[in-house]
Amino acid sequence: MTSSLADVATLVRSKNAGPFWLTVDIFCATSGDYERVAASPVTDPHTIAAIYGIPASSVRIFGLPDLHAIKISFARPVIQGSTTDRDMHAGQQYVPLLGIRVPDRLHPEVSADHQKAPIGAPIGMPE
Amino acid sequence: MTAADSGTDTAGAAHAVRVLVPTGMLGGGFPPATVERGIALGADVIAVDGGSTDSGPHYLGTGTAKTSRAAVALDMRILVMAAHHAGIPLIVGSCGTSGTDAGVDWLYGIVQEIAASAELPLTVARVYSEQQPAHLASMLSQGLIRPLPPASPLRPETLQRCSHIVGLMGHEPIADALAAGADVVLAGRATDTALIAAVPLQRGLPAGPVWHAAKISECGGLCTTGPRSGGVLVTLDQDGFTVEPLGDGARCTPASVAAHMMYENADPFRMREPAGTLDTSTATYRPLDHRRVRVEGARFEPAAQYTVKLEGAAPAGYQTMIVTGIRDPELLRRLDEWCDQLLGHLRQAIPATFALSPADFDLQIRRYGHDAVLGAAEPCRDQPPREVGIVFIVTAADQATATQLAKFANPLLLHAPLAGESALPSYALLGSPPETERGQVHEFVLQHAVDVSKPGDLIRTRIDRIGR
Repeated sequence: MTSSLADVATLVRSKNAGPFWLTVDIFCATSGDYERVAASPVTDPHTIAAIYGIPASSVRIFGLPDLHAIKISFARPVIQGSTTDRDMHAGQQYVPLLGIRVPDRLHPEVSADHQKAPIGAPIGMPE
Repeated sequence: MTAADSGTDTAGAAHAVRVLVPTGMLGGGFPPATVERGIALGADVIAVDGGSTDSGPHYLGTGTAKTSRAAVALDMRILVMAAHHAGIPLIVGSCGTSGTDAGVDWLYGIVQEIAASAELPLTVARVYSEQQPAHLASMLSQGLIRPLPPASPLRPETLQRCSHIVGLMGHEPIADALAAGADVVLAGRATDTALIAAVPLQRGLPAGPVWHAAKISECGGLCTTGPRSGGVLVTLDQDGFTVEPLGDGARCTPASVAAHMMYENADPFRMREPAGTLDTSTATYRPLDHRRVRVEGARFEPAAQYTVKLEGAAPAGYQTMIVTGIRDPELLRRLDEWCDQLLGHLRQAIPATFALSPADFDLQIRRYGHDAVLGAAEPCRDQPPREVGIVFIVTAADQATATQLAKFANPLLLHAPLAGESALPSYALLGSPPETERGQVHEFVLQHAVDVSKPGDLIRTRIDRIGR
C-alpha cells in the first residue's frame, strides 16, 4: 500500500535559491512520516531528474530529521526570468512531486538501511 | 588592547549586541509599534534589506525599484525617526531592489526628504557596489573571475552585454561607514546577512553565531510563527544568539527558527559569504520560553580568498504578446496539434514576409489552464483542459518588429482552424487591440565571483551631512 507525497507531507514548497538554483522543501508532521518520504522515490535523484528534465548529477538532497524535513535542490532548468522561464519565483514547481508514491509502512530493513546511511547532516535540536 | 577597547566587560565577555530587523523587505510595511518594542528592548542598530533578485532581471537590467516609492518612504520615515531618537544607526542594503548606484541614490533622495521635513541632522553614507564592465574585463583577463555552479567560465563579451552589474558586498564596507560616523548607511547590493552582521562583528563577536543570527533574521518575522505580524530582535553574545519576535502574538520556536535555514537556500547547512562559509550543521536550537529561541554552535570557516559575487543583467530583446481564449472542446482535445501547426506556419511565413531570418525572432505559446506553469513537468498534460488562455509571446530585437510580428500572427490567433475543419472558427481574443507591448526584457547572465585583495576593493563610499 502507498500514499502520495501530498497525503503524507504537511507542507511542500518550492522557491528560487538565487536566479540559478531551485529548491524544494518537504515538511512532515512526525519522524515516522519523514522516514517514509526519505525511503520513497522522492529522495532518488533520478526521479527528480526525470521530472524536471535535468541531469541527476545536479540534484542535491538533504535530510533534516530533527525538523522532519527534506530539501531537494537542483540547478534551475531555465534561468530565472529568461524568456523561456515559466515561473519567476519557482513557487509552483513543487507540484509534480505531489503525486509520487510513498510507502505506507516501512519495511524494517529499509528503515535500518536508512539509519545507516542518513541522506544529510543532522541539525541539532532540543531533546 | 584594553578591555574597554575590545568592547568587553570586566568579566571578559563581550557586551551583547541587539539587532532590530523590522521586515524582510523595505516597502513591505510593518506596524510602527513593533519597531518601538525593539528599541525599548535595547536595539543597538536597525538593519533592513531593500532588495533581492527574486523578482527577476528587469530591476537590475533597468536600475529601477520593484517597490513603490511611497511605500518605501513610509517605512523609511518610521525607521529613520526611530533610529535617530534612539541614537542608533540604520543600515539599508540592496537599495532600490537591485542595489545599483541609481537605487542607492533613489533611497538617498527619500532620506533627504525625511531629514528636511523632520529637520533632522543626519550623516548619511552611500556605499556603492555597481561595477564597470571594462574594469571587470581587466580582472577577468588576470584570471580573477571564477564561475559558480552551474555557470560556465565568463567571457568578456558577456560583461559588455550587461546593462548593469553589481557586486555583493560583505559587512566590511558597511562597518567602515559606521566607523566613519554614519547615522544612516545606504548600501548598494550586499548579502542580506551583511547588514545584520556589520555591527556585531565590528564589536568583536565571533563570526559563527553572528552570520547564523544574520541568516535566521534576514527575512524579519519569517522565522516566527507570525510572519506578517512584524520583525524580530536578535541578541548576540560570545556564545550564540537569542531570537525573539516583535509582532503581537508571534512566537519563535526551535522549528520555526531552524526551518529558516532552508528558506531560499540551496544548501540548508552551509552558506557562502565573501569572507568565508557559515556552517550550521553543529548548531543547536533551544526554547528559552514560549516565544524566544536560543541558538548556539554554528561555525564560520574563513576562506583563503575573499570573493565578491557578481550579478549582471543584459538586454534580451523586446516583447509583444497576445492573449486569446479557447473553449471549444474539439480544439482542446487537439491542442498540441493546433499549437504546433500555428507556430510552424508562422516560422515559415515570417521570413518570407519580413526581412528577418529565423534567428531574429522567437515565438512562444503558453497555455494557461493546461501546462503553462510546469511545461514538460506537468503531470496532467495528457488530459484535455476545459478552457485555456493562450498567451502568445513574440521576442525580437526591437519593439516595432515584435509588434509587427504579433499583428501578423493576430489573424491566426483569432481564426486558425484545425486540419480538416471546413468552417472558419473564431477564438476569444482579449481586448482591442489584442496585442500588448511588454517593452525591453532582460536576463541574468552572471553567476561568477571575483577575487579581491581586500573587502573594499570594488566598493565606493560617499558620506554627506544633511538636514538642519
